[in-house]
Amino acid sequence: MASTTRTVASDDDVVAIPLRHPGRWIAAAAIVVVLGLLFTSLWRNPNVDHPSITEFLFDPRILKGVWLTIVITAVSMVVGTILAVTLAIMRMSSNPVLRAVAFGYTWFFRGTPLLVQIVFWGYLGLLYQQISLGVPLTDIQFFSADTNDLIPALVGGVIALSLNEGAYAAEIVRAGLLSIDHGQREAAYSLGMGPGYTMRRIVLPQAMKVIIPPRGNETISMLKSTSLLAVVAVAELYTAATQTSSQNLRQVELLIVASIWYLAMTTALSIPQYYLERYYGRGTARELPPTPWQQFRGWTGRMSGRWQNRQIARAAAREAVDE
Amino acid sequence: MSEPYVVEARGVRKWFGSNEVLKSITLSVSRGEVLCLLGPSGSGKTTFLRCINHLESIDGGRILVNGELMGYRQRGDKVYELKPREIAEQRRSIGMVFQRFNLSTHMTALENITEAPIGIAKMPKNTARERGMALLDRVGLADKANQYPAQLSGGQQQRVAIARALALDPTLMLFDEPTSALDPELVGDVLDVMRDLAQSGMTMIVVTHEIGFSREAADRVVFMDGGVVVEEGPPTQLLDNPQHDRTRAFLQSVL
Repeated sequence: MASTTRTVASDDDVVAIPLRHPGRWIAAAAIVVVLGLLFTSLWRNPNVDHPSITEFLFDPRILKGVWLTIVITAVSMVVGTILAVTLAIMRMSSNPVLRAVAFGYTWFFRGTPLLVQIVFWGYLGLLYQQISLGVPLTDIQFFSADTNDLIPALVGGVIALSLNEGAYAAEIVRAGLLSIDHGQREAAYSLGMGPGYTMRRIVLPQAMKVIIPPRGNETISMLKSTSLLAVVAVAELYTAATQTSSQNLRQVELLIVASIWYLAMTTALSIPQYYLERYYGRGTARELPPTPWQQFRGWTGRMSGRWQNRQIARAAAREAVDE
Repeated sequence: MSEPYVVEARGVRKWFGSNEVLKSITLSVSRGEVLCLLGPSGSGKTTFLRCINHLESIDGGRILVNGELMGYRQRGDKVYELKPREIAEQRRSIGMVFQRFNLSTHMTALENITEAPIGIAKMPKNTARERGMALLDRVGLADKANQYPAQLSGGQQQRVAIARALALDPTLMLFDEPTSALDPELVGDVLDVMRDLAQSGMTMIVVTHEIGFSREAADRVVFMDGGVVVEEGPPTQLLDNPQHDRTRAFLQSVL
């Protein structure tokens, strides 16, 4: 879309001063004042020690927590997504065994609290002291290890988050697969493509356009859910912040530090999501949606165009009055 | 390729629930023949077409394409269902064109055409692209190779779909009401492509409401109603001098 800059060309063009919206300006001003007051009261609060916020924002312990949060989120999302695609395809299979297993999985992992699942994996060592691999009902053993060595808190936490994520994401993937017209599959089959190939090359890529937006939501949710791993003492961002504050008693300041980091990370996530949506949206619109920079250029163009139009309209109105 | 018939259907029956949609259809199509299937909606003509490449399974009878039993394997007097992979292999020699085109929206026109040759027939990419471009040229759309389906008109999409169906060199082409979803002014281009294809000697089965196309392009016209073949014959005979009341009533209603 080009900017709407144009000049008044002929006499029968509508030359009108655009409708004013004073209400919008008043409302915006009121909101700015209220927000300003709120921030000043927080800022001036003697119980908040500002220097410690800036001091701890880049503290090595906090930065390590940020990094661990990113790693846990990424691994859990990748594993969860693989699980989700598998579960969704199982759920839509003609095989009743696969369908039942996928249903049972979703039922269980959506039906119990995530916090409980995390603690459960943390306490797995109480349930099974040893984890062994061997032939059942015989003494043959290939491998055996202490549960707490094999699955430390971090691994247990990632397993819990991944399994839980898989259950939720499976429904998102299934919705995406259901959104694809059956004719797409029939056309693929008629070309001699098998069911697996059709799913991989024809159906899934088209379903991505439906799957990506709620997956962005899920990623943000996952990023914040990592803070639940505090209960099994994984040193992610929230744990790092609370452990630090338990030493220096600056609880509020460190919560603000953690919040700033969480906000920064969720904001940063919207960038890859935008470009993923753009990529998988190719072919559905006649033109690709503009990148943010193109949008900004378009906006400034429109604004200057509108301003010019207004100037022209004013000049025309003035002339009309003079006559 | 010595089989005289490309398609041989014997006593094909098909039920949807308790509704018998095909009541013993027997029909053969010779190599190079263009057969048009006419009939009111619900007559079973589309279902029969879909049975030929086993998009629908059949409940009775046999369908042979190039002498090969479709969808099943016969051993002695028992018939066994084929695996999806084996059915997929059988379908490679049958091209199909759908009423609503069904092009993949995430692929360009050329990618739609080259997907099966590259991914299924393991053709080298460059060869597949060259042949894809030749096919696009044949349907008059060489300049649209890199456009996505959403950027093409309905008629252009259908011509890409025809090129896609031709990409694996099928011996049989099935057309399921290929012009029914098109604006009237776009129908002509698609019919032109189909006419060229018929003249090139392709064996074609066309489910259509285009009486004009049937008259000039078909070697034989079959009129179906209520799941049975009511009447068949050369277009001049069936269209101008129908023997059955039902054929007459149908032709009067569409002309």
